[in-house]
Amino acid sequence: MERDDLIVNDSYAMAAHHSEEAGAAIRKKIWFVTALLTLITAVEVGMGVIFKRSETFTWTAIKWTFIVMTLVKAGYIVLVFMHLGDERRNLKRAVIAPYVLFICYLLFIAITEGFGHLNSFNTLH
Amino acid sequence: MAGNTETIPTDVLWGGGQSPFSVTYGKMMMWFFLVSDALTFGGLLTAYGFARATSEDAWPIGEQVFRALPGLEGQYPLIYVALMTFILIVSSVTMVLAVEAGHRNDKAGVLKWLGATIVGGFFFLGSQAWEWSHFIHGAGGGFQLAKEVTITADNGEGFTLAEGELIFMDHHFGHLAEPWSEGDANTVLTQEDGHITLTQYGEHEHSAQLHSLTVNKYVENESHVSGDEAVKLWNARSEVFAFGANLEDSEYAVQQTYANFFFFITGFHGFHVFSGVIINIIIFLMALNGVFERRGHYEMVEKTGLYWHFVDLVWVFVFTFFYLI
Repeated sequence: MERDDLIVNDSYAMAAHHSEEAGAAIRKKIWFVTALLTLITAVEVGMGVIFKRSETFTWTAIKWTFIVMTLVKAGYIVLVFMHLGDERRNLKRAVIAPYVLFICYLLFIAITEGFGHLNSFNTLH
Repeated sequence: MAGNTETIPTDVLWGGGQSPFSVTYGKMMMWFFLVSDALTFGGLLTAYGFARATSEDAWPIGEQVFRALPGLEGQYPLIYVALMTFILIVSSVTMVLAVEAGHRNDKAGVLKWLGATIVGGFFFLGSQAWEWSHFIHGAGGGFQLAKEVTITADNGEGFTLAEGELIFMDHHFGHLAEPWSEGDANTVLTQEDGHITLTQYGEHEHSAQLHSLTVNKYVENESHVSGDEAVKLWNARSEVFAFGANLEDSEYAVQQTYANFFFFITGFHGFHVFSGVIINIIIFLMALNGVFERRGHYEMVEKTGLYWHFVDLVWVFVFTFFYLI
């Protein structure tokens, strides 16, 4: 396994100063992500306005599209804007792994209990 | 020591004395704080989804509740929220440009972009204040039915509306119905030949006629009802009226949960934006006074930048799960 403490990519360490060329490359990436986030948001709004909720299957597909687009946006914000992508692998995992674990657990509980509630509602009515 | 003969250069081997993640204590703690704060927002949005999924009453949908623009008549579904989202994304971009300038020790660049971020933050807070104000005042208000009524809407569709169903008034009529429903003696209801008129006496006299009512206004398939059918609905009204939203009543749904979640989720996020703007102002003043120049690095800009991006990140999720879905 590749040893994380041997990978010397400390571009965002405290003492790391960027050269003008490095700065230009970072800015180019920032503008690309800006355009992408704006485009995704515009598509989301367009879909929200155009599609009606009456057809159950289509709406389910649209909902999942919204969720995927949101996760893509979140990924770009965290990895590029918060430059977690340029941090050491151990820090990346220390941040992302506990969060994903707890949210998956929370969603699991909420969905399980939600269906439980629905079943008892259907039984009572 | 058996088996491990790998030689590691001492300049990259972690042997204490510096952070194994190659970040400072402050930056690492900012990340861990953001993880815990993100769990709070994750919990709030999950609770919202749970309340919505288990609600026995119709749940309002974003594109029919949020469709007004300041100073304009007509309907612009989600446009205002999209504008707020765009403002926050742009302010996140200016923040990342300030961080980038800081890594080149470019003081003028940091001040320029951090200043722009603060302006963007104030724009967002102002937009949110307008949205809250609009949500609280509502779009005409509504009343609950006291008994079951069968009517035909203007588009020919027939409805059988149960007791307790919400019926919505248009803006001008609702404006006068609010004092009237509270027993204000200056507002008088008259009804003749199928016309219902509310008149408010006082310094200036106002009157409004009941032209049309709306059923299912904040859920799918909203329909307008006018003429004798509207009068039929009006006459079946109960004493329960709701105008806009507060912590006890809301015109948006029979249940109060929707308005409560709106206030709590967007309010908690707005509080984060507010504190972020205050922190950005403090860092701006420190940069202006040359504190970071003397220190030799602009890491404080990076740490506040993380917080500011987090605020944008949360809004991305609020936008999807509260407004879009």
